[in-house]
Amino acid sequence: MEWKFTDDIPIYQQIMNMLKQEIASGELAPGQKLPSVRELALEAKVNPNTMQKALAELEREGLLYSQRTAGRFVAEQQGIQDGLQEELMMEYVEGFLEKMKKLGYSVDEVIALLQRYEGKGEE
Amino acid sequence: MSLIKCEGLVKKYGNMTALSDFSIEIPEGRIIGILGPNGSGKTTFIKSLCGILRPEAGTIRIDGKEVGIESKKVVSYLPERPYFSSAVRVKDTLDFFEDFYGDFDRKTALHMLSTLQIDLKSKIGSLSKGTREKLQLVLVMSRKAKVYLLDEPMGGVDPAARDFILKTILTNYSEDASVLLSTHLISDVEKVLDDVVFIKRGRLALHKSVDEIRMEEKKSVDTLFREVFAC
Repeated sequence: MEWKFTDDIPIYQQIMNMLKQEIASGELAPGQKLPSVRELALEAKVNPNTMQKALAELEREGLLYSQRTAGRFVAEQQGIQDGLQEELMMEYVEGFLEKMKKLGYSVDEVIALLQRYEGKGEE
Repeated sequence: MSLIKCEGLVKKYGNMTALSDFSIEIPEGRIIGILGPNGSGKTTFIKSLCGILRPEAGTIRIDGKEVGIESKKVVSYLPERPYFSSAVRVKDTLDFFEDFYGDFDRKTALHMLSTLQIDLKSKIGSLSKGTREKLQLVLVMSRKAKVYLLDEPMGGVDPAARDFILKTILTNYSEDASVLLSTHLISDVEKVLDDVVFIKRGRLALHKSVDEIRMEEKKSVDTLFREVFAC
């Protein structure tokens, strides 16, 4: 995984988003064991407390679970992947629409633009 | 109990005030960046914690102890400049640390030196500036201390060596220890810090977690620093 961070939001939230993406895309499979906090922190070159916080939050959201001695795993419940995909999709769409609105486009115009863009790609 | 507790520190050099009514508490298990422009008092603060300088007023407690022999047992200090004579060999520096510090773990040091391919028989004088800095950091981080004071640990080294240094800090500090590091290379260290301390003209200007800063200000510590200390 590539760990790249931006300036504007806390790093633990960025880590959460990256891991969510991995789970949504299936790159982190349900039931897969995660490396230890320390290993992940070293890999991402972040503070172990930051990594710990990100994983604990994901656990709270039900996307990961830990077993006392065995470590941390990706949740196995059905629908988690779909739920995440939906969540990320909504986030992307909202962000995109907001930017387009700032440029002065209405939703209808955006839809028309998307269709034109899609058409171009196919030609 | 705080690992480090300072109250009302004052330190003057002639009529120049380096620290002025400086109070701070630092808990265990944190990596803290001590940030401020040149001459703001960072080094004076660090040197006061390790007992090299004695403030004219105020109190310092480290792990509950006054600064002295007992506090020095739990404080591992990396000064701004490497201090070994160029005539001694790498192996001698290990012996030196082993003699001086009961908590020095030679095995850890040897392991890191071999990763870095630093030959134990090399004379310090034959090592490059970057290698000398790395050696010094290896020694300091191979102690099982409670407080690590690192004054400009990445002063004159290339980006790859900086990564090594950050990795060494992350790998070697334990949950009941804290690391204080002063640096100007904020964007390089921001990801590894829990908290930052801004020192402005000898006073504590800010002490916050990196997450809080990003959440409240919507900007990185590096950007905030440039604003607070704009010339």
